Amino acid sequence: MAAPPLSVKGLSVAYQKKPVLRNVSFNVTEGELIGVIGPNGAGKSTLMKAALGLIPSIAGEVLVYGKPYKQQRKLIGYVPQRESVDWDFPTNALDVVLMGRYGHLGWFRRPGAKEKALAMECLAKVGMADFAGRQISQLSGGQQQRVFLARALAQDAKLYFMDEPFAGVDAATEKAIITLLQELKKQGKTVIVVHHDLATVQDYFDSVLLLNVELQAYGPTAETFTQERLQQTYGGRLAFLDRSHQPSSPAGKEG
Amino acid sequence: MNDIWSMLSDPNMQWIFLGCTLLGLSSGIIGCFSYLRKQSLMGDTLAHAALPGICIAFMLTGVKSIGLFLIGAGAAGLLATFGIGYITRHTKLKQDAAMGIVLSGFFGLGIVLLTLIQHGDYGNQAGLDKFLFGQAASMIASDVVTMSIVCGLLITVCTLLFKQFKLISFDAGFARGIGYPVALLEQLLMLLVVVAVVAGIQAVGVVLVAALLITPAVSARYWTDRLGLMVVISGVFGALSGAVGTLMSASVSNLPTGPVTVLAATLLFGVSVLFGPTRGLIAKRLLRKQVKKSFTRENEQLAKSGANNGVKKEAAL
Repeated sequence: MAAPPLSVKGLSVAYQKKPVLRNVSFNVTEGELIGVIGPNGAGKSTLMKAALGLIPSIAGEVLVYGKPYKQQRKLIGYVPQRESVDWDFPTNALDVVLMGRYGHLGWFRRPGAKEKALAMECLAKVGMADFAGRQISQLSGGQQQRVFLARALAQDAKLYFMDEPFAGVDAATEKAIITLLQELKKQGKTVIVVHHDLATVQDYFDSVLLLNVELQAYGPTAETFTQERLQQTYGGRLAFLDRSHQPSSPAGKEG
Repeated sequence: MNDIWSMLSDPNMQWIFLGCTLLGLSSGIIGCFSYLRKQSLMGDTLAHAALPGICIAFMLTGVKSIGLFLIGAGAAGLLATFGIGYITRHTKLKQDAAMGIVLSGFFGLGIVLLTLIQHGDYGNQAGLDKFLFGQAASMIASDVVTMSIVCGLLITVCTLLFKQFKLISFDAGFARGIGYPVALLEQLLMLLVVVAVVAGIQAVGVVLVAALLITPAVSARYWTDRLGLMVVISGVFGALSGAVGTLMSASVSNLPTGPVTVLAATLLFGVSVLFGPTRGLIAKRLLRKQVKKSFTRENEQLAKSGANNGVKKEAAL
């Protein structure tokens, strides 16, 4: 059997004394859309950053297609949280998307016509072709998110990490993102998404990973995304209706 | 005009003119990246940190040379950045507080050392304080050669690594993700700032040298939304400030070159804030007026047609 796109073994991360991620292990199946779910402070973003090698881990191993992450950078695309950058930076949408090609360009080479054409294509895929020359601070939050997605597309990766792409975007952008995710899936790519909105999990993802410092559950959405597991993950503080499994749950639809 | 030409025919004057212009150019270019990485004050910190470094370099060798001072100041600057990094990582202090502590600590040490030097017997310590607090008039041919090398180096590195510097300034996390050695690139940028600062100290002094890093960059931001152009404009603004500063101080007796250069940069900033094409205050005000006008006009039309509809409805009833 070929090596899985992402294999995490015993990953642990601590910022201060208390670990924010303890002994997390899982293997990702190729060609799936995977939602990472958990309460605030559960370590969802941390898991992603540690897997990408952006922050140091205190223990554990991350393999991408069977090899250490550092040898496989070109196979990985990354969409950081939109708030992580200053959008008043002097650059336009096309330029940001071009940054997705930097990893493929030589150290001193500038992006040329070929890269620009590809970047335009990626912008078109997220419905942003008309905004290529727009200064990025003049884009709406949803449009900025789509520019980030286009940049990840330009990376032409096989495994994608997206940190809350749905956070604070309008309906049009949400639809654009989900169409794109489906498209990526069709091309056989694997996408791991940190996600907050429990109501849409069942519609969007093939598998879910429930996380609260430790791995709570991981598997196909239908079997894993259950009331019981969610209560366990969110520490019983959740009043949430699992639509498909317990339609008459006493937990109620409120909250 | 003739005055200016006769001034520039003086070889001494030529060196100073060239030195200040080159200094403005290189500070303007490298300052863009400091500003965009929200480290405008880093230049100030490094300049103050350079003081004890230069003093120690002089105490050890007893020679006043930019090359040696560069090494001393570079080492001190590096120590200062490590200090700031250590404080922000291991305490709850934010970077501005850490910079404040390191800046004043190093500067205090520098002043103490400077006093020691002045009361010691090095024989040639006269003029060191002038050097540290800026005296462009003391520039000689070899200083200008050093300045040209520094300027060439900065422009070359910034051109070659433009892509990398841009990405780490905009999104360091992403840069790390695609495998750029971000820490190394950040250190390199810092090193370039140190080089620009030390080269500039002789002309404008430790206190004012930071202005040449920040002001042209901030002014340039008002004229463009593209980084490449911003860096060029910032360099031009810096060079212009240096040139104007030298000419002004030469034509009016007893005006110090460095401070006048900084004032020229500040004036350019004022002009940029007012007249910048889209971000400038005037452009913004005009735009608001225009929007208001067209909005009121449309609103009136809507109200009119709305009133008409109302009449029709009443008639229908």
